[in-house]
Amino acid sequence: MYSRLYKTLVSAPPLLWVALFLLLPYALMFAHSFWTVQDGVLVHHWNLSNYQKLLSNPLYADVLFRTLRIAGSVLLCSLLLGYPLAYYLSFHSGPRKELLYQLVIVPLWVSYLVRGYAWKTILGSEGVLNGFLQYFHFTHAPVSFLLYSPFAVVLVLTHIYTPFVFLPIYASLEHIPRPLLEASQDLGASPASTFLRVILPLSMPGLLAGATFAFVLSLGDFLAPLLVGGSSGTMIANIVETLFGATYDWPLGAAISVCILLITLSLLFLTERLEKRWSFK
Amino acid sequence: MTSIAIPLPAPVDANLPLLEVREVAKTFGRREVLKNISLKIDSGEFLTLLGESGSGKTTLLRLIAGFEQPTAGEIWTAGERLDTLPAYKRRVNTVFQNYALFPHLNVRDNVAYGLRVQGAPKSEIPGRVDAALHMVKMTEFASARPSRLSGGQQQRVALARALINRPQLLLLDEPLSALDANLRKEMQSELKTLQREIGIAFLFVTHDQEEAMALSDRIALLRDGALEQVASPREIYAHPATAYTAQFIGQTNLLRGEIRRSIATCGVLRWPLEEADAPAVFSLRPEAIRLSPDGKRQTNEVKFCASILQQIYGGASELLEVDCGAGQLLRVRLPACGPLTGKHDFVFLIADAIRVAD
Repeated sequence: MYSRLYKTLVSAPPLLWVALFLLLPYALMFAHSFWTVQDGVLVHHWNLSNYQKLLSNPLYADVLFRTLRIAGSVLLCSLLLGYPLAYYLSFHSGPRKELLYQLVIVPLWVSYLVRGYAWKTILGSEGVLNGFLQYFHFTHAPVSFLLYSPFAVVLVLTHIYTPFVFLPIYASLEHIPRPLLEASQDLGASPASTFLRVILPLSMPGLLAGATFAFVLSLGDFLAPLLVGGSSGTMIANIVETLFGATYDWPLGAAISVCILLITLSLLFLTERLEKRWSFK
Repeated sequence: MTSIAIPLPAPVDANLPLLEVREVAKTFGRREVLKNISLKIDSGEFLTLLGESGSGKTTLLRLIAGFEQPTAGEIWTAGERLDTLPAYKRRVNTVFQNYALFPHLNVRDNVAYGLRVQGAPKSEIPGRVDAALHMVKMTEFASARPSRLSGGQQQRVALARALINRPQLLLLDEPLSALDANLRKEMQSELKTLQREIGIAFLFVTHDQEEAMALSDRIALLRDGALEQVASPREIYAHPATAYTAQFIGQTNLLRGEIRRSIATCGVLRWPLEEADAPAVFSLRPEAIRLSPDGKRQTNEVKFCASILQQIYGGASELLEVDCGAGQLLRVRLPACGPLTGKHDFVFLIADAIRVAD
């Protein structure tokens, strides 16, 4: 048994850390969302005007829905890419497994910013993709929707978050005891049936974790829209960033942040429940 | 286990064996795991593949189930080629070593799995599942998850699940090895009863020779990927073909010596034997040796005097280690007789010294 002093000493630093760098900032943010700015000065006067502004101005709802749509698209695309990749690696890659796994992980070492700029040079009107399309006479003028559009944001975010989706799915597939797959075949299940009845349900916790990563990380992303989104690809985090920066309206920014936080928390709560349902240990 | 669950399988052509393994070989990389195996299994037979770990017994089972492809040879079932079919199209079912129950399905859904994936009529499924659960006495656990069950209970569910598709042949891969000794004995007798009642063939893999002896109609003994001997338990015990078989099945004394001018000589033991001159190995079971109370022998017996080195009391019998001179040690099993010391006369029947291949 450990002494009470030991327990206190061990648990104090992390608790202090969480209080100082997590709970306190959240509390500050929460408080700010009920204050206002008048003539460039923060007024510590408690009211709901920020939340009223969010509800009355359709711009905010528009951007929020666009953000949810983009995050949803990223989630879908990265699942469609990440799941088959994880499946292939786990079940069919044979001796190349380690190498391929490293290849999937390597992009995570490259700076987000570098990858964002790389996409700019690929998608731009003078970019690699347009050059290719014109060289082979698929088009005569540069295709403009490639860059500065929600499409570009989804593309970049999918590229960036697919490894985050891949990893938990891969881990859960690796944990499926292989005799279960043999048992399924043995009882007469075709490969497709085995996938739907055994592999998919048993990889559900990983799939949910990956989906949550992709959605929540996309929801709060502001770099991809900044780099490749243009005005039609602006997301909610860009608005928050502007409000805290150029516009200097911290209270309104805080109110939006509180809304995003609530959405994220309820999502996490939901997936937590779902993951519990799908775990069988 | 009662017999109502599964009706007798449809009769197959009586002239064909249920399963025939023809000159099958399997190599993994450079390692020869199975060498030229030929084996037949008849309907309703309990055949055991017995061997040490690494002897290839599980590989042979996996070839029949379809989880591995043979490198050479063919596998046939009742006139139909089996080894070219994918596992899910083969009408054999397997009980896996660690049961491989689906952790996300309860007992009922585990058992129903084979019916569901093969598209059995929905109305038929609950009845057949209930009957199968009743057969293995697991009805009250129908809605439990496998992780809540003990090893023996999981074993029963695995059996019910494998039998629900009414296979002609059930493959069992060391199904009892994960159970503790008492439960294993109990499950052994239940398995044997079940097999008799439903009348389908069992191909049973084990490394436990006692288990093989207790359960099997025939034992196929594998050694380093080759069949050493295929025979009934009584036959294989009484007439082992090789020294390896004699040692693996039960305990024995291997006597190495030679035959010259119709006399077999193994150390201090000599007896007449009308066979050609050659080096020879004999298997002499410990229980074939008896005490000779009056120091006399019949003409068909061999007598020797030996000193007792060790005596192990085993309840109904005693196992002695005796030295019959010049350091030649023999094991002797006697009915329980109380402590023995010093020198004694022993005899055995010449016919009980079975000549085996080395």
